[in-house]
Amino acid sequence: MAEDEDELILADLPDEELVPQMHDDLYDGLRDEVVEGVEILLARGWEPYRVLTEALVAGMTIVGKDFRDGILFVPEVLLAANAMKAGMGLLKPLLAETGAPKMGKMVIGTVKGDIHDIGKNLVSMMMEGAGFEVVDLGINTDVDRYLGALETEQPDILGMSALLTTTMPYMKIVIDTMAERGIRDDYIVLVGGAPLNEEFGRAIGADAYCRDAAVAVETAKAFIARKHNQAVVA
Amino acid sequence: MIPSGDHALTETGLAPSGKGRVLVIGCGALAHEILALKRANGWDHLDLACLPAIWHNHPERIEPGIRAAVAQHRADYRTILVAYADCGTGGGLARLCAELDVEMIAGPHCYAFFDGLDAFAARAGDELTAFYLTDFLARQFDAFVWRPLGLDRHPELVASYFGNYDRLIHLAQTDDPALDAAARACAARLGLAHERRVTGYGDLARFLAPRA
Ligand code: B12
Repeated sequence: MAEDEDELILADLPDEELVPQMHDDLYDGLRDEVVEGVEILLARGWEPYRVLTEALVAGMTIVGKDFRDGILFVPEVLLAANAMKAGMGLLKPLLAETGAPKMGKMVIGTVKGDIHDIGKNLVSMMMEGAGFEVVDLGINTDVDRYLGALETEQPDILGMSALLTTTMPYMKIVIDTMAERGIRDDYIVLVGGAPLNEEFGRAIGADAYCRDAAVAVETAKAFIARKHNQAVVA
Repeated sequence: MIPSGDHALTETGLAPSGKGRVLVIGCGALAHEILALKRANGWDHLDLACLPAIWHNHPERIEPGIRAAVAQHRADYRTILVAYADCGTGGGLARLCAELDVEMIAGPHCYAFFDGLDAFAARAGDELTAFYLTDFLARQFDAFVWRPLGLDRHPELVASYFGNYDRLIHLAQTDDPALDAAARACAARLGLAHERRVTGYGDLARFLAPRA
């Protein structure tokens, strides 16, 4: 088994075997192998956006599913995310040059009092992988920093993350402040984090609660599409 | 002493002895402390059942676990007390305990109720970048932190997890030099400064004390 793996030469694999192999390598958090796979596909003339979606995002989607189903725990997700990040590091400058689709823009941050960031980082990365521009405010974000970023960045979406029961109510403070200033409806507000649920998202006036990064991407796309449709009608 | 030991408390929990009028259903991470309080105060009316402490890392298992344990033991006791803080259930455990009509200790997690809820909340702003250990976690650091976070296999991940932290605060329930040394070693492994605050049993003692 292990010997076979040692002998595997990625460059010898045809595309249809290399891509699933990259999914496996991503699953196993093998950063160097993932980077090598990206280089090989680019050298074979793949569009950077195709490498991103078919090799990296598709692989990370499998990781996300197995995390949700309790098959993987946090370290596996973190290793896979680090490997994907390394692969994306190669692709990012090329994506800008080659004109990958632009889905919209998101400002995201972990709320005040909370410094958990693994889930938020994963959401940011998967949103980028889906063609969104992401401005990450980091951790311990207070209402002034959120609102300041909305003003300067003019995003379509505001994303807030909380992993602590004590910090999740802060999301409501941000949303209420947006409402007071009359800007609540200018943005799509998505919230997430393990202790939240749909009911909480509704209660604080968010547009949606998203269980994981894949749902975040789907939800963001759906809201953006709706926004465009409304713009056409109006 | 606890016959089943720390490993069993972590993975499987502890079955009640069947003696006493009041059953405490608690997190395995609190078993030592609850039994110490019971011994010290002669609270013979208390019996203890513990659920696996490792659910700390999987809070979604806590509500179903409590529901099942209450159903299993309800008929055998006059009163059931739930020695679990919210523990990341997002208020779900409090709603469940209200539904089952059993009393639960107040607070977000055990760090807060050992320290005392008000004291903990007052310090929260200054201690944002602190990582807390209780006596149980100092003893069980490998089983709760190091191994579940994969640091045994990938020590390089310490920066991804703890890059935003600057110190470890040992909230000590007891004055035990061995645990003090263990907590200092944990801080060193995480690359964090070490602090120690003796909290005693905090709100847990008040919660378990007989009510008028
Ligand atoms: C890993 C972890 C840590 C790491 C964090 C490392 C880091 N850099 O983030 C460490 C060990 C450092 C840590 C520290 C602490 N933690 Co912690 N931690 C966890 C743990 C085990 C997993 C969280 C995680 O990273 N999951 C992996 C990611 C991928 O999942 P996720 O965060 O849920 O994100 C996904 C979705 O929720 C969603 N999502 C998340 N954010 C967003 C945002 C948007 C906009 C959208 C759309 C979607 C979305 O998509 C993500 C990807 O799929 C949880 C328990 C648990 N199983 O949830 C406890 C937990 C959250 N921690 C807890 C606690 C108490 C703490 C500490 C206070 C502990 C201490 N000893 O000091 C400190 C907190 C300090 C602070 N002020 O923030 C408690 C919270 C209890 C409570 N009442 O709220 C928990 C529940 C554990 C417990 N049972 O006690 N923690």
